[in-house]
Amino acid sequence: MSKTIRVLVAKPGLDGHDRGAKMIARSLRDAGMEVIYTGLRQSPEQIVAAAIQEDVDVIGMSILSGAHNHLFPKVINLLKEQNAEDILVIGGGVIPEEDIPKLKEMGVKAIFTPGTQTKDTVEFIKNNVKK
Amino acid sequence: MELINKMLEGDKRSCAKLISIIENDEKGGEKIVKEIYPMTGNAHVIGITGPPGGGKSTLTDKLIKHLRKKDKKIGVIAVDPTSPFSGGAILGDRIRMNDHALDPDVFIRSMGTRGYLGGLSKQTRNAVKVLDAYGCDYIFIETVGVGQSEVDIVKAADTVVMVMVPGLGDDIQSIKAGIMEIGDIFAVNKSDLMGSQRTATEIKMMLDLSENLDRRPPVVMVTANRNENIDKLVEEIDAHIAYMEETGNLEKRRRSNFEDELLNLVEIEIKKLIKEKTEADGGIKTYAHQLLSRDIDPYTIRDEILEKINLK
Repeated sequence: MSKTIRVLVAKPGLDGHDRGAKMIARSLRDAGMEVIYTGLRQSPEQIVAAAIQEDVDVIGMSILSGAHNHLFPKVINLLKEQNAEDILVIGGGVIPEEDIPKLKEMGVKAIFTPGTQTKDTVEFIKNNVKK
Repeated sequence: MELINKMLEGDKRSCAKLISIIENDEKGGEKIVKEIYPMTGNAHVIGITGPPGGGKSTLTDKLIKHLRKKDKKIGVIAVDPTSPFSGGAILGDRIRMNDHALDPDVFIRSMGTRGYLGGLSKQTRNAVKVLDAYGCDYIFIETVGVGQSEVDIVKAADTVVMVMVPGLGDDIQSIKAGIMEIGDIFAVNKSDLMGSQRTATEIKMMLDLSENLDRRPPVVMVTANRNENIDKLVEEIDAHIAYMEETGNLEKRRRSNFEDELLNLVEIEIKKLIKEKTEADGGIKTYAHQLLSRDIDPYTIRDEILEKINLK
């Protein structure tokens, strides 16, 4: 039996719009993954602490507030500090095209912007999680 | 084992990894349990159970807050249902408890039931053992939202808190067998809502009819999201623990829970053995075919299978 993929879905920072996060959580559930949903207004520290206790393979963050250039790197750095950089970090939300290359360079493995098919996100996770 | 040593030093990541191994890999999990077993038995295990949406997670969050004031180390295993179709799950209990994520002395872990139906998951008891060895004073097991008959928690916990809410039916529900029988303490949550007094009265009337109770479960009215009366609930939990210890009932309950756990472990191995030993003849499927065509009856086949694994 293959290992069940565990994904933490989080809404970092001051952003109350969680329709997308819930949508993606549901799609990952239907793809056979265990989704730990942390809810709204989480600090990067809380997200990383939860990811470690839950021993997830993936952290998926949904940001619609415009603070992505601040929040994503913070999570990545905290993971590094705790020797947990093996956790795959992906993001979604309204993120301008021009910001994406920089975020990827920092270690966000993929950014899914509006219009992405949920199956693409599922495929990406399945193909990129370390077995 | 390196992970175990690091866990014993207080490393959360190692503790989390150990639970994952137990959840995913039977052989590896067995090795871990064998090694940590002598270090377990110190934590008090509290089951939090009740209907979906009754406020179990919010209540657990507030209980953690109160116990942290007394400087207790807390572990939480929160179980949510796994889909029988996709195998996936939404584990959402953590939403109510994530204020404690950064507290070094609180460890919260979510688990999917992964096919288990009694309100817990297959490895909940072993995950509790890890948190016990990790040094937790109190370990909360939050069950899936239960209906009427998911009573496994009573076999895994020292104290069961049954969380009830107003508006779920009349007093007939309270005299039905099943979950209403397993509470050591009843917490009527959302007690600011209309009908909560009535719910409490119905529970008390049900308890009036219960004979042979070692100890009458107290009924506590709480409003978890407003943090109301939680101190009273903590008092009742501690009173139950003290009672269990003084009377020797704690040992009695744990012993009977171990009987159940052992039988379970043996049962799993026997099932595996049956699979192995019947494989050559096409496995259990072939027998099912014979049953379908009414060639032979179930009891004769049972005896045949038992003979194959040398049990008859």
